[in-house]
Amino acid sequence: MTTETDQAAAAGEPEPPAAGAGVATRVRVPEPAGEQPPRRWLGDRIGSVEVLAALLVLLIVFRDPLAAALDDPRLQTWTTVFVSIMVQAVPFLVFGILLSAVIAVFVPRSFWARALPRHPALAVPAASAAGVVLPGCECGAVPIAGSLIRRGVTPAAALAFLLAAPAVNPIVLVATAVAFPNNPEMVVARGVASLVVAMVMGWLWLRLGRTEWIRMPRRPELDDASRSRAFWAAVRHDVTHAGGFLVLGAMAAASINVLVPERWLQNLADNAWLSILALALLAVLLSLCSEADAFVAASLSQFSLTSRLVFLVVGPMVDLKLISMQAGVFGRRFAFRFAPTTFAVALLVATGAGMVLL
Amino acid sequence: MNRQAQAVVLLLLGGAVIRASVTDLYLRYVKEGLRPFLIAAGLLLVVAAIMTLWHELRPAAPRALVPAGGAADGPGDAPGPGDAPGDSAAADHDEGHGHGHHEPRVGWLLILPVLGLLLVAPPALGSYAAGQAGTALSSQQQSDYPPLPEGDPVQVSVLDYASRALFDRGASIGDRRVLLTGFIASGAGGEPILARMVLSCCAADGRPIKLGLTGDVPAGLPDDSWVEVVGRYSDRLGRDPVNDAEIPYLEVESWRQVPVPRQQYD
Repeated sequence: MTTETDQAAAAGEPEPPAAGAGVATRVRVPEPAGEQPPRRWLGDRIGSVEVLAALLVLLIVFRDPLAAALDDPRLQTWTTVFVSIMVQAVPFLVFGILLSAVIAVFVPRSFWARALPRHPALAVPAASAAGVVLPGCECGAVPIAGSLIRRGVTPAAALAFLLAAPAVNPIVLVATAVAFPNNPEMVVARGVASLVVAMVMGWLWLRLGRTEWIRMPRRPELDDASRSRAFWAAVRHDVTHAGGFLVLGAMAAASINVLVPERWLQNLADNAWLSILALALLAVLLSLCSEADAFVAASLSQFSLTSRLVFLVVGPMVDLKLISMQAGVFGRRFAFRFAPTTFAVALLVATGAGMVLL
Repeated sequence: MNRQAQAVVLLLLGGAVIRASVTDLYLRYVKEGLRPFLIAAGLLLVVAAIMTLWHELRPAAPRALVPAGGAADGPGDAPGPGDAPGDSAAADHDEGHGHGHHEPRVGWLLILPVLGLLLVAPPALGSYAAGQAGTALSSQQQSDYPPLPEGDPVQVSVLDYASRALFDRGASIGDRRVLLTGFIASGAGGEPILARMVLSCCAADGRPIKLGLTGDVPAGLPDDSWVEVVGRYSDRLGRDPVNDAEIPYLEVESWRQVPVPRQQYD
């Protein structure tokens, strides 16, 4: 049933040929009316801008007590880690959002129908392979996948892209090779296992997924008459939206980074199965950038190669900041089903790949 | 959060990122190579803020001009979530009208990184983080090292010295005098050790390289003081209690306190 709707969304573009050009210029008649009032009644007297200004003034006034409160080394480390995750992610987030806004506004729907194989089951591997050539990190992939779904790409393919792009792009594979100079098989194992997970998840979605789980926020501004207006509205919306969820995820990751001492891991490393599970969970909690996680995995030398492979496969696909961003972009019902399933599939596939290849 | 407020937040975020990357502040958090991307991303955020304000403050003129096109497209048009069948699009539609066009409230959180960069500007990772994590040397094993460059004492990084001392058993160091810069942290028994953090991407993946000190050990310095030590290879080895990895030692001949370097990570 889902397969049919997916198919309809991907291939059976019902619009007449004019749709390709017409989409972006389409005007939703009721929208302009619905847009003006809230600003009025939200901002009777005090609107967001005023709240924001007051907040900033307060923060500047109380800057010194604030700095003093952050003097504790634990809190200070938390702040450093939080800020650095954000600083590291901002370029990837912004470029990912630009690309997704281009997809949402300038690339006609008909393009995707032509670019991807018509049958969703074939579109999945094609989309995974597209992830290989697109260097990016996971923060950028979420809005891009969101845009693809909006533009009629079958969700199965968009999700396969979402999982594959951060895990198997050239930058990440080179970083893995550099981090494991004595184990080049690690690169192969990582690439293969990640691709397999992405495709399995795509196909699983075709069989079990329900389109109603994906509840994407309505974006009337994308249909604005002026493309420049629609483009910048998409950028603004995605930065505040995906960026806000990225902040949530970065806060969680910084907390884990400070609160979970590495000492605890030492005791788990000796048990082969426990160590696999431990590193899989650690990958979820730490939420490292996929371009950096290989170096961290390399330094976890007390663990087996297989468990470190699991760390590298799970990390770019499921982690706190990704779950947070996916819940924001695709809706909570989706994220709370998709993330645990991906976790289980990645765990199994990576363990299997580790036993065969490492 | 309405659109003007979002524009202000974007402006602040872009401004904070640009400010951090034109000063050396960004070096506390990420690698130097990220700088051009940070500046570009910051500028894009500022442009997005300006364009948002521009579109907000100018009345949306062209809307009324295209009723014909709108009507023609109207019936087949369900541009909600791209894949959603009619009913859920309708539900979203209702929701959209229920409380007007809702803007993401989660955007308020973006003030936090702005604050972190503009007001707090936390320091680079130091002795506390070094104590929490195991020495990261165990990873990049290599067997042949090129000879040390000229100079007496020769300046080498903590990472370079530690890997030569550990994997090469000091063969490529011989009895040369080396000069290392790092910060003081506390070892397993509270004794001062020399440490330096290495980053591969950002401070979230920062890991310490630790060196034990013998000989003229720097005394009376609080943790996180930066020092320059001159010394020779020592074949003594210790163990990091955190990850049970080997920690090489340095036989210190002299040391002096130095200001915090520009680039605090190796």
